[in-house]
Amino acid sequence: MIDVLIVGGGGAGLRAAIAVAETDPALKVAVVSKVYPMRSHTVSAEGGAAAVIGAGDTLDEHCYDTISGGDWLCDQDAVEAFVAEAPRELIQLEHWGCPWSRESDGRVAVRPFGGMKKMRTWYAADKTGFHLLHTLFQTTLKYRDIIRYDEWFVTKLVVDDGRVHGVVAVEIRTGRIETIPARTVILATGGCGKVFPFTTNAAIKTGDGMALAYREGAPLKDMEFVQYHPTGLPFTGILITEAARAEGGWLINKDGYRYLQDYDLGRPTPTPKLRSMELGPRDRLSQAFVHEQHKNRTVDTPYGPVVYLDLRHLGEGKIDSRIPFVRELCRSYQNLDPATDLIPVRPVVHYMMGGVHTDVHGATPIAGLYAAGETACVSINGANRLGSNSLPEILVFGRRAGLAAAEFARSHAGGEAPAARSQGADERRRLERAREGSRHGERIADLRERMQHTLEGAAGIYRTGDVLTKAVDTLAELRERAERVRVDDTSAAFNTELINLQELHAMLEIAQTIVACALNRQESRGAHQRTDFSARDDETYLAHSLVHRAPDGTPSVGLLPVTITRWPPGERVYGRD
Amino acid sequence: MEVARYRPGQDAEPVFQGYDVPLMADWAVLDGLNHIKDQLDGSLSYRWSCRMGVCGSCGMTVNGEARLTCGTFLSEYGDGPVRIEPLKGFPVIRDLVVDIDDFLAKLSSVRPWLIREGEELPLTAEHAQTPAQLEAYKQYSMCINCLLCYSACPVYVLDPDFLGPAAIALAQRYNLDSRDMGDRFDVLGADEAVWGCTFVGECTRVCPKHVDPAEAIQRYKVTAALRSVLPWSKR
Repeated sequence: MIDVLIVGGGGAGLRAAIAVAETDPALKVAVVSKVYPMRSHTVSAEGGAAAVIGAGDTLDEHCYDTISGGDWLCDQDAVEAFVAEAPRELIQLEHWGCPWSRESDGRVAVRPFGGMKKMRTWYAADKTGFHLLHTLFQTTLKYRDIIRYDEWFVTKLVVDDGRVHGVVAVEIRTGRIETIPARTVILATGGCGKVFPFTTNAAIKTGDGMALAYREGAPLKDMEFVQYHPTGLPFTGILITEAARAEGGWLINKDGYRYLQDYDLGRPTPTPKLRSMELGPRDRLSQAFVHEQHKNRTVDTPYGPVVYLDLRHLGEGKIDSRIPFVRELCRSYQNLDPATDLIPVRPVVHYMMGGVHTDVHGATPIAGLYAAGETACVSINGANRLGSNSLPEILVFGRRAGLAAAEFARSHAGGEAPAARSQGADERRRLERAREGSRHGERIADLRERMQHTLEGAAGIYRTGDVLTKAVDTLAELRERAERVRVDDTSAAFNTELINLQELHAMLEIAQTIVACALNRQESRGAHQRTDFSARDDETYLAHSLVHRAPDGTPSVGLLPVTITRWPPGERVYGRD
Repeated sequence: MEVARYRPGQDAEPVFQGYDVPLMADWAVLDGLNHIKDQLDGSLSYRWSCRMGVCGSCGMTVNGEARLTCGTFLSEYGDGPVRIEPLKGFPVIRDLVVDIDDFLAKLSSVRPWLIREGEELPLTAEHAQTPAQLEAYKQYSMCINCLLCYSACPVYVLDPDFLGPAAIALAQRYNLDSRDMGDRFDVLGADEAVWGCTFVGECTRVCPKHVDPAEAIQRYKVTAALRSVLPWSKR
């Protein structure tokens, strides 16, 4: 019997595991991950991690930047807790060996970041997520009692009478299907960018944890808020970090014009100005791109329209010392050198503000079930997350979820629930049937592609009611078709097609919640822009979307008021003092 | 593309299967594999994830060489065929998927975490570390555990007990960190560790992240030699 079973071995999951191991070594903690932990998508985070550290900065300012950046949809009690605990978490990572970039006197260095009024973003060159994940993973090796289920894929949560009792999972290597009984489960599976066709997200980001919780009756929250990062490489969708702009990069259109000045983001200055122009928030920058496109001021490429990110004036020295990964990625994947060439970029799906509804301790409405990181929606990100808030988020709330789950496990002893056996047997039969294969039907990849293009068309940077309504029907139909797909692989060992099929089912359900929430929210706020309801409507929608799975399997959307503590809703001001 | 297939219990040994894949200018080898998986044969198994050369999942043998398939382009091989095999030097689980548990055990054995003695600083204070001190180990901290170095290492292929390039480089990453107080001599000074290396340098040649494990190993040989002569010395 596992006391705390963590699904996902990225930053949030590993931070939770260490928190449990440190709090109470007597507790049995396990990390179940569909990839080896160091492959987790935290590895791809680049720019940095925000936490108030320097003189001249205050917790309140970090709160305000986060709340205004989130267009007042953040729960302010959660933001206050997050901002207060972020510094100690980043220092903890320092104590564990994270190679943070440094000032000449040996102090940790900080850089500016989009939407942040002060320099408070810690960084490890431009591989912050990579270093953070490897530091965490290597540190977990110190705790020999942390049990790892590497390359196990969780297909179901065992829930009975409102309480979680474990998971059913496939050992990918052998195909063995097991029920793993557990007193508590923490979902830390990351986001679901792969529901869209063009994303910075890794192949593994298929919303598994969100779907696991949703299917067992836990609501998802704010699913309509999808972050487009303004600077992805065309074709691959590889992220060019916001740090490139923080270090002084410019966004220019086909005429070489710094177009952001036309969108109420301030006036161009030669060097970066905080909360202005290229250091505006991601939602506003991605929206500006669409307007440039409509004005025919973007450049057409085989992979869609682009603008340019210009780093040439920074010079080789600064590029190599501050953003070397940008240069490496451009050279390897785009065949250009940012020291001498313009980088073609376009907005790309990057992050889900929404996720499994939790309180500030990561607890979901299902007893014993917790969620942390991008899988969860606490919510500190509101309608638009600020860059460099997600890394501290996985640490702060990974730890909190770990502590809360440990506490729950200690106070809820008892043996294996009968439900674990019966639900486990049903799930095993379902998976074994899927593994029998089928020579008929459509290919998984073709349905996936249909889903992705449906989402891009309906739930992109700008949305409208008619298109969303059509997408509801399309997705319902795709879900039916997904029950009859062609499956070539009938073997037990390392059957990735079986996994891909489970991921497709998860993504289709998640896609439905995104569209349902987007349709229900008849206003424009942050990353959710409705061309048919172009204004923010605090009267009705200063509230989270809460989406439950109805008994017929369709999403049912309600609203939940936002928690306001000290910052009443106001205007988001960028580039104007 | 000619792809090695192996299904345990079904195939006695790996066989090559040919697939026609369109030659697209921007396609990496991984895009070719994904085309096969998505459109031609759903039963092909391989690992991949980030598609940007940082998760370390997609190392395979491409025309005889250990490569990251996301960063190796089909155009490099003209009209083909391009031959894809699993990373050499590891047991094959299925098709292009290899068993890396031996590496993970070696990784753990070098104690890849900060070794500290005495009172810890409170969580309000960081250790000072100058840019020069960071530079001293930074290169060795860039390893993505893709295992191309093990696959290319002639020693590891013959002697699976050899601790190997990435694990030694990672040990050095901590040894050379100004915040670390260990030297991991018990592991690194053993026969199967740095002294196993015959300095062929293949590990450094194939490393996609320029970690230079060969240098890490040679540097530790100096440390280890000093330690043998002056057992009380550290570093």
